[in-house]
Amino acid sequence: MITEKPKKYMNPYLAGFFLGFVLLLTIYVTGRGLGASGAFKSIVIQSVETIAPTHAENTVYYADYQKSHPEGAMKSWLVFEVLGVIIGAFLSGVASNRVSLKLEKGPGVKNSTRIIGAIVGGALFGFGSQLGRGCTSGSALSGMAVMSFGGIITMLAIFGVAYMVAYFFKNLWIKKQ
Amino acid sequence: MGPLVPDIISSELNYIIALIVGIGFGFALEQAGFASTKKLVGLFYGYDFTVLRVFFTAGITAMVGVVVLNHLGLLDISIIYINPTFLWSALIGGGIMGFGFIIGGFCPGTSACAAATGRVDGMAFLLGSVIGIFAFAEGYPLWKDIYTAENWGPVLMYDQLGMSREGFGLVMILIAAGAFVATTMIENKINGKETKWFKPVIIKNSILVATPLLIVLIVIITPTKREVMDKRIDEKIAAGECNPKIMEGDKLAYELMNQYYKYNVIDVRSPEEFQKFHIPTAINIPLEEMHKSGSLGTIIQNIKTNVFYGADSMQSQRACMVSKYFGKSDNFALELTAEEFNKQYFLITDIDPHGTKQEVDIQNFRIEAGKKMKEIGEAVANMDKPVMKKATRVSGGCS
Repeated sequence: MITEKPKKYMNPYLAGFFLGFVLLLTIYVTGRGLGASGAFKSIVIQSVETIAPTHAENTVYYADYQKSHPEGAMKSWLVFEVLGVIIGAFLSGVASNRVSLKLEKGPGVKNSTRIIGAIVGGALFGFGSQLGRGCTSGSALSGMAVMSFGGIITMLAIFGVAYMVAYFFKNLWIKKQ
Repeated sequence: MGPLVPDIISSELNYIIALIVGIGFGFALEQAGFASTKKLVGLFYGYDFTVLRVFFTAGITAMVGVVVLNHLGLLDISIIYINPTFLWSALIGGGIMGFGFIIGGFCPGTSACAAATGRVDGMAFLLGSVIGIFAFAEGYPLWKDIYTAENWGPVLMYDQLGMSREGFGLVMILIAAGAFVATTMIENKINGKETKWFKPVIIKNSILVATPLLIVLIVIITPTKREVMDKRIDEKIAAGECNPKIMEGDKLAYELMNQYYKYNVIDVRSPEEFQKFHIPTAINIPLEEMHKSGSLGTIIQNIKTNVFYGADSMQSQRACMVSKYFGKSDNFALELTAEEFNKQYFLITDIDPHGTKQEVDIQNFRIEAGKKMKEIGEAVANMDKPVMKKATRVSGGCS
């Protein structure tokens, strides 16, 4: 079987323009920006409500959420949007020959280290996104588009801290010198 | 006028739109290379600044777009979702996310793209995100105080800096352009390449930066529709051309008693003043909001006669001019102010016994009219009024 080589990535400025256009369209049509972490929150809440309904009723956070979202956690704008993201990314990957089952990691990093790192990092990001009311998409990018103060300081905090601590985790990503 | 949801596009259709824009979002992220963890992390080690370029270009594109749409009166910024600022949770949450970014190599949106294209690390990151959110929900009482502290509401960056929206837009474009140049140089240095600036490249990039700058400058220079309208009306008033048809108080009272349904009585004062007293059957459209499309729909029609009144004759006449400016309707300005109308029909008690017969007749009519109008007002309070759509801020964000 002949496998084609993955195509080159789009010019970053062009990709950025396209992304910005999608964001602008979203704001114009729906009055809100894009997001991601909120959909995962819906999944968590729906799971807890399904698996342990009594626990969900007795815990403040889920009970509050249920009150403010009477239609149910999964009937949320972001759930549909993230579903779209997965479809869109897959289509783009197929179009550019980039879909393949693999593990990406820094040079000389063990597979198990990478997986644990991804889970731990994901957990931190998930936790932080709840505390910060949104992640890089919902808070930083969409916040920047509408010039929200909260969104922009969250963005500065994310990237600022990532730069500050990058040195201590460099073995995960770049070759030892 | 945007946003189109919920008035033009229903909330149900909005879910389909979510799916469609999501596909666009995911496609853009994957094309940019955001499904690859190495490309993302390159930002923090200086070997690949793609993320910064895509992110800033996207942010600037959307930001300039919002400024332009607002200027053209196509988007009502006052009701779009603005992420609220909770100072401490924004900073601490952001910091924790920064750690997560370096250790995990993704953010939630990009990990979804990575997982969709078969990256196992992306799937692991997603699993981690779900665990993190679960931990937040379970331990919520522990960080509730920090989560809800310093609630500033939907504050805007340029207000905090004491700038205008457009001025801040210009600053952001310049910051982005500077960052693009600086990071290209850093990137080349780290990758052991020489930075060369060829003339065509410089020209091309200058044009790319100048375009948004020019757009925002044009927005600053040109007046908005509202400003054009105000200016024209001011000119007309100054030229003495402001002579709307005037309706007397007794005439309105008589008409309301007999055929109120033929009249659109519009109170152009503030909602607070309206609340205190208003002519029965009147609806409230503050003068500042008359030019908005929601209000114009009520005013510009040819079924009913519009009668405007306000706190003074200036207000009612100006309202008349605004209505005339936007379309052909039958417009009247009420001769009396709200206060005078209230006195004349609702606050009279005694009839002057020494008055002439005509005076007494008028007084009797006014007392009668006051009673009748009150009755009609109560009767139609809930049925006959056009439903004024109160535009509320869209809810959004990741909560």
